[in-house]
Amino acid sequence: MSRVPVIALVGNPNAGKSALFNALTGARQKIANYPGVTVERKAGRAALPSGQPIELVDLPGSYSLDAASPDEEVTSQVVMGRFRGEAMPEVLVVVVDAANLEQHLVFAQELIALGRPTVVALNMVDLAERDGLVLDPAALSTALGVPVVPTVAVRKRGLDALLEEIEQAPQQDRTLRHEVAELSLPERRLAAHNMANGAILSETTAYRWHSRLDKVLLNPWAGPIILFALLFVMFQAVFAWADPFITLIEDAIESMIGFVQATMPDGIVQDFLTQGVLTGVGSVVVFLPQIIILFAFILVMEQSGYMARAAFLMDRLMAYVGLSGRSFIPLLSSFACAIPGIMATRAIADPKDRLTTILIAPLMTCSARLPVYAVIIGAFIPSRTVGPGIGLQGLVLFGLYLFGIVGAMAVALVLRRTVTKGAASGFIMEMPRYQVPPLRDLLIGLWQRAYIFLRRAGTIIFMATVILWVLLSFPKAEPGESQVEASIAGRIADGLNVVMEPIGFNHEISLALVPAMAAREVAVSALATTYAIDGDEDAQAAGLTGRLAADWSLPTALAFLAWFVFAPQCLSTIAVTRRETNGWKWPVVMLAYLFGLAYVFAGITYWGAVALGL
Amino acid sequence: MDSQLTLDQIAPGSRAEIISVAWDALAPDEAKRLRALGLDEGARVAVAHRGIFFGSDPMAIILGRTTIAIRRAHARAMQVKHP
Ligand SMILES: Nc1nc2c(ncn2[C@@H]2O[C@H](COP(=O)(O)OP(=O)(O)O)[C@@H](O)[C@H]2O)c(=O)[nH]1
Ligand SMILES: [Mg+2]
Repeated sequence: MSRVPVIALVGNPNAGKSALFNALTGARQKIANYPGVTVERKAGRAALPSGQPIELVDLPGSYSLDAASPDEEVTSQVVMGRFRGEAMPEVLVVVVDAANLEQHLVFAQELIALGRPTVVALNMVDLAERDGLVLDPAALSTALGVPVVPTVAVRKRGLDALLEEIEQAPQQDRTLRHEVAELSLPERRLAAHNMANGAILSETTAYRWHSRLDKVLLNPWAGPIILFALLFVMFQAVFAWADPFITLIEDAIESMIGFVQATMPDGIVQDFLTQGVLTGVGSVVVFLPQIIILFAFILVMEQSGYMARAAFLMDRLMAYVGLSGRSFIPLLSSFACAIPGIMATRAIADPKDRLTTILIAPLMTCSARLPVYAVIIGAFIPSRTVGPGIGLQGLVLFGLYLFGIVGAMAVALVLRRTVTKGAASGFIMEMPRYQVPPLRDLLIGLWQRAYIFLRRAGTIIFMATVILWVLLSFPKAEPGESQVEASIAGRIADGLNVVMEPIGFNHEISLALVPAMAAREVAVSALATTYAIDGDEDAQAAGLTGRLAADWSLPTALAFLAWFVFAPQCLSTIAVTRRETNGWKWPVVMLAYLFGLAYVFAGITYWGAVALGL
Repeated sequence: MDSQLTLDQIAPGSRAEIISVAWDALAPDEAKRLRALGLDEGARVAVAHRGIFFGSDPMAIILGRTTIAIRRAHARAMQVKHP
């Protein structure tokens, strides 16, 4: 056989398919979309005990072959070998949650009845044990007529035995299976109930502590208070905890600039490295600690099972603007970055709901805005306290976050009555069990996020900064003339400035906005590069914040902040929106409405501030 | 009067058995999802929690070892009796 056999992981949502997939394939994964649908196809290589390579496919979670969503449709088509361009899986690995057998065995029976070579992975046996359940895999295997292998995906336990059974699966004796093909859903449920009971050797009520925890965390009064306290701590931590690490990175960049200046001859190459690469890219990389802290909170909330509770608590509020608690999870992720946020909208079953959530996700203050906000706030908002433990700078930042959230809710309300009009969507969601997040999973998740950020800094942001530096540095200015004014970039900015001047933007801002189309952070690196090229020694010593404070008026600075609350200056967001909505229509709508709002609100802010005499 | 009792009227902490579901009153995909989760005729459930504020929406329903969040509108379509 020349083709690599396909082995499909299939089962209910949250059974641990993805965890098992990760454990079996390690880093050898390929993620793409199934053709024609926005359903993710996750495939990866592994090897059977004999050395035979296999392709593992992690199918979307499903409750039944009778699909209720596009994701489930893909699953059912693939396992039945009807999906065009997908090979019929050689072996089905049915993943079930050991602590939730009664529910998961319903779909498992339906899959086994297909008559394909099948192995059941009895996953999460660690959680079952923790909750006082002792199971008998052999009894379950006899009842189902297929091999059952206990596994703990997150600890990589049971993987060898599972691969062994996958290898043997094509030679399975199908006569052991009972004729269950024509069972109705209630009959299957009854069978699942009996099989689950038959497989349980002993059971204590240790799982009650889940309900105790829920009693507090879902309490109508205490629940929201705890959630908001948690979110408050999260945003505080992003600033308070990151500081020492930011200083560390800043010092490192500083000493690299010093090193280049000391070792290289003066000239164009040295300027390129110091002003372009190190100053530009460095001004973005310093935000890595804050991004990691934000993602650490979000990942812990997700992996501990709390995120679903947060969605429950937020459902009522989201319902006011025509969304559901489901939208809360992608929107919260969007505070770190809109890209994973928009991808997380796949969990929203209702298409209109999903589209609305995608369109408002860029209004959540993502970490790419932090550099912009932090620089402007640092330069213009005095660092004094306005109450016990409340700093003015932090308050302004909080206000900007709030501005984005309120804006998003208002936009959702309008969208739900116009372009995404439709019946109010419901909210149906299974609450996963609580658990302490496995440290390894957490670290892998953090590493993936950090890697994406650094890759962005090394590619998009690097390129944008370098191109800008070139455009800024040539042609060379006559003595006495400003280099920025004389440069190609300066000329381009002159044109844009005609449009931007009425809302209080100056020449440097117009100049920074163009490369910042690639990514918001570039606005900061662009300003840093601009002032580094044009500045004399004294001004360079004052740093970017010093230069801004000296050169910009307060109304201009505030207008700049208001602009960035809305402006969709992120190529990746536009690209991912195009991919997730299958076309250019919605990214264009998103661009138009967000730039429109940015212009209007920056204008209002500027003229308001001028009128107030700020 | 018990025949008029629906799941949304059950107080948190109380149990109920679903005796029939008005599937037609629900969106087809949502009906499918609820059935797939096991919220169907004959299911013995307990109402665990109600959402924040006065709408008491959504509700958390315990079914076997799982907890499922649904909207009140879904619960209203489920006729129940006290077990
Ligand atoms: N303790 C424990 N947690 C697990 C196990 N398998 C998966 N998980 C966790 O359960 C959650 C859901 O797993 P996931 O793989 O995303 O489920 P999927 O929806 O089937 O892909 C994740 O937080 C996993 O870390 C396991 O065997 N033991
Ligand atoms: Mg998964």
